Amino acid sequence: MPLNLTEVRTQFPFLREKGIVYLDSAASAQKPEAVITAMDVFLREDFSNVHRGMYPRSERATKAYEDARETMQHFFGAAHSDEIVFTKNATEAINLVARSWGKSTLKKNDVVVLSILEHHSNIVPWLQLKEQIGIELQWVKIDEQGQWDMDHLKSILKTHRVKLVTVTGQSNVTGVRPPLKEIIEESHNTGALVCIDAAQLAAHHPIDVVQLDCDFLAITGHKIYGPTGVGVLYGKRKLLAAMPPFLGGGMMIREVKKSGFLPADAPEKFEAGTPPIVEAVGLAAAIHWLGQYSWNDIEEHESRLLKVAHETLEDISGLHILGHIEEKTNNQQLTTMNLSSGCLSFTIDGIHPHDLCDLLGEENICLRAGHHCAQPLHDHLGIAASARLSFGIYTTEEEVQMVGPAIVRAMKRLQGESNSRVTE
Amino acid sequence: MDLYAEHILEHFRSPRRKSLLPHPTVEREEVNASCGDTLTLQLSFKKDTVSSVGWDGTGCAVSQAGMSMLAETLTGKTLAELETMQPKDMRIILGVPISARRLKCALLPLLALRNALRQQKKEPPLTWAEIVEEDEERETVELIRESRKGKGKHSVPFETWAKNR
Repeated sequence: MPLNLTEVRTQFPFLREKGIVYLDSAASAQKPEAVITAMDVFLREDFSNVHRGMYPRSERATKAYEDARETMQHFFGAAHSDEIVFTKNATEAINLVARSWGKSTLKKNDVVVLSILEHHSNIVPWLQLKEQIGIELQWVKIDEQGQWDMDHLKSILKTHRVKLVTVTGQSNVTGVRPPLKEIIEESHNTGALVCIDAAQLAAHHPIDVVQLDCDFLAITGHKIYGPTGVGVLYGKRKLLAAMPPFLGGGMMIREVKKSGFLPADAPEKFEAGTPPIVEAVGLAAAIHWLGQYSWNDIEEHESRLLKVAHETLEDISGLHILGHIEEKTNNQQLTTMNLSSGCLSFTIDGIHPHDLCDLLGEENICLRAGHHCAQPLHDHLGIAASARLSFGIYTTEEEVQMVGPAIVRAMKRLQGESNSRVTE
Repeated sequence: MDLYAEHILEHFRSPRRKSLLPHPTVEREEVNASCGDTLTLQLSFKKDTVSSVGWDGTGCAVSQAGMSMLAETLTGKTLAELETMQPKDMRIILGVPISARRLKCALLPLLALRNALRQQKKEPPLTWAEIVEEDEERETVELIRESRKGKGKHSVPFETWAKNR
């Protein structure tokens, strides 16, 4: 049964703003009433600090927080709830892997493999380790059609020096999804672990960590209709048990003496200080809320949106969609094949994305412009910046269709009628 | 008047002084890393006076038109005059309202100019934070001012604030 968009949209207070066309859900998704209410009710009725008080209200707060952990366990299909660590966001989750697992395990000249598609949050922590301990970074290429180059990964793995492959589940620029199952199998065959940056993927595709057999996986709450300030690191129980703590403070200890300390077990070992309690409750509410819709329906809806986006953009002359496949069909019509999801990015000859998105913004059409925290990918593509259009469950085809004509209007304005090479 | 006023677009489409000098006295490149705007500004001096100006760059209409308009004003000015150029002067040159999200685009030409002069005097370059701080009209300053006058959101009693929210 297709998604009932009218029903979905009534649940999002932000849509009550008249005329807003929000196409920036890859940056952050808007929140349904269910999430806002859950956090509001929790703050009013159950809030206190967790794991500390001996009184009923503290017990209720602790239960809500630990229930949220179990919700995330089931969302990922993880075997144990102690494999779920709450963090600030996906960035912190990946930093945790680098600072704790990486720093204690990796040695000089060990290889960490990442890809040119990565967000800065899955690049910089590894560059920092390169500076600190001299690990080597290898970058898996994408092919001319923007797709993951599996042969390149295999050739890197053959060196048998690779200790970790860390890769995005879905590019935040082109929407391309690397073949995770195959990557994980190939990596494990040579003894390398795999970390998945699922910040983008999680809102668009089901994740099963047991079936994938990934070693680490990171998400952030706010891109999956939950609040900001909370993310999750999934890590295999055995790995988390052997890793040293990340940050030091309260909650992460078993015992503290003047001479030293004994850390708690995972996940508390990695949750120093008062955790994001209210945010975890909000994230769990988002997951429960999302759970009422089937992934099939969501993916069908979003792939239709992507098709509409291609249709509305591909006739604009001088507009180039990044990393997509162009194929001539039998009747020689240029069609774009879609092997991506959630978002697409583009450039327009002679127009800076900031100017474009500023003018679209005047029409209350919200797109993002810049390098989207993926500078190596933009360097690889030979551009400084791009404009990005991204979807959420609430996005409609009509909204996406409005973008093409709005871009044409913006181009005319910037280039002037006479200079315009635009064909409508 | 809006950001994309005709004079901005006209300078963006036909930038003035946009060519590099054969023998500049000083050359300074500034980038706006978050959006990829780049400007290279060149100045030649005769004694203490700017004798010629050249520049090159890529980026958005605001940064490029701003550089074009600023470049037109530089010839004949003395070093001392240029050193005192402030963000407010850049706002006057642009002549359109500059929102917080476009402030860096608007100030990039001025940053290139000020840092070219500092480079000439072998002084360390101004950072973005320093040049933005000089901007008396930026929106955050307005907020601070309002709150000191007792008009700010956080200077009213909480109940009133909550009621009016």
